[in-house]
Amino acid sequence: MLLRDLDIALAPSPGAEPPALLIEDLHFAYPDGRVALRGATLSVARGEKVALVGPNGAGKSTLLLHLNGILRGKGHIAIGGVPVNERNLPQVRARVGLVFQNPDDQLFSPTVFEDVAFGPLHMGLSADDVRARVERALALVGMQAYRDRQPYRLSMGEKKRIAIATVLAMDPDILAFDEPSAGLDPRARRGLIDLLRNLPLTMLVSTHDMLMVRELFDRMIIMDEGRIVADGNTAMLLADQALLEAHGLEAP
Amino acid sequence: MKHIHLSDRYQNGASRIHRLEPRVKVIVTLLFIISNVILPDGAWIGFALSFGLVTLVCALANIGVFFALKRSFVALPFALVAVTVVFTTPGQPLAGWQIGSSALIATDTGVVRFFSILARSWLSVQMAIVLTAVTPIPDLLHALRHLRVPPLLVAVIGLMVRYLTILSDEALRLMRARDARSVGSGGSLLWRAQVTGNMVGQLFLRSYDRSERVYQAMLARGFDGRFLTANPHQMRAHDWWALAGTVVALALIHVAGMAL
Repeated sequence: MLLRDLDIALAPSPGAEPPALLIEDLHFAYPDGRVALRGATLSVARGEKVALVGPNGAGKSTLLLHLNGILRGKGHIAIGGVPVNERNLPQVRARVGLVFQNPDDQLFSPTVFEDVAFGPLHMGLSADDVRARVERALALVGMQAYRDRQPYRLSMGEKKRIAIATVLAMDPDILAFDEPSAGLDPRARRGLIDLLRNLPLTMLVSTHDMLMVRELFDRMIIMDEGRIVADGNTAMLLADQALLEAHGLEAP
Repeated sequence: MKHIHLSDRYQNGASRIHRLEPRVKVIVTLLFIISNVILPDGAWIGFALSFGLVTLVCALANIGVFFALKRSFVALPFALVAVTVVFTTPGQPLAGWQIGSSALIATDTGVVRFFSILARSWLSVQMAIVLTAVTPIPDLLHALRHLRVPPLLVAVIGLMVRYLTILSDEALRLMRARDARSVGSGGSLLWRAQVTGNMVGQLFLRSYDRSERVYQAMLARGFDGRFLTANPHQMRAHDWWALAGTVVALALIHVAGMAL
């Protein structure tokens, strides 16, 4: 299996370091009965950047919401070897930075500073530590000048960067993005791609932007109908016309 | 697109008033309103001096001497509700109208009380306008937090301020979509009422969905029901002076209002 090969290839020695993210046989149905996940299994090694693609309704967003226990399906999830359960929730939420599709959902505070400070504050850090983290996170996304701005006045690209800063401030091990390039103009999209490339973190990025996938990610996972239908080298999967067509995708 | 921006009420500046600690500004505004409420009916000198105080604050804040006065007229119609006191307060009859079998009789004390109520509400609204003009909304929210207003209430106000713009944008988009598909005045009254009803329902559902996503985003960053803040507010010397000065000024207004 491609999945196992990758694991072995990336691990320094077998069993030495747990994968940054491990999902085994994850099932989930929404309260209205809609089944969103039907046994998803995947593993992401530390430092790996992985694209998650598939048609709308394939279960990508649902999967991401499981990473830090917002949704709780049946199956096993571990973040850096720590299982996601009620007891570990605070730790897991600090380790996984979830960037939502619509930054207006993520930026709910009156000012940029407060939004970026929200996560660190809830990690129980001191006021000085919180301020230091906010400054560092804003610097990482190049938005230091925006600390006292109010979110509603920002452009889509600016909001997106601030949204990323809000999770970077928590110093996560993994970043999970839902459609990061959606709704961005070409320049903002380019800036975002460069930002993703330069952030030295494990990433799982759900997207429809196949050009970005080809440019940024060596590994690609295809989801459809709640299952993972392909997982492997991006270039190889993008060359498989029949596979892409079967799951409503298009090579860029 | 036309936005509703509560924050646009803020007039950027660096005046002495702008730089006051937000808590002081909130307390001063509250004291001023309480002072207006307890000034007796017909204390015209007191009301005039209070108006002088608002004007002075406007001048010190460099936002235009009659800034508050100009913006206060929108609130005036609400004070007209008090017009019934003209007829319900016992006193010397001034004029009367016969309506069917009952009579409306305006009394002198009623008229005095009406204009006093008008003056009180008008002055109070003016100071509130000044408060929002010299304090950014985030600072205002902080001040409320530091004044021990329940955090949940402050959070609700904060979220409302944050999302009102987005909600109004959504409403405008819906209305534009409706206009794009309706010709001329757009059908019968019943049809328009139906469309409006659907739009309100749409907006409610969208807001409901959004609230769920916002809550998820809060959970994802470790929200556990507490609202925390890293912004310490500090009272400096000139904040205490401003507070003391206001208390003295209001006391003088009351002495003048009672004595003259």
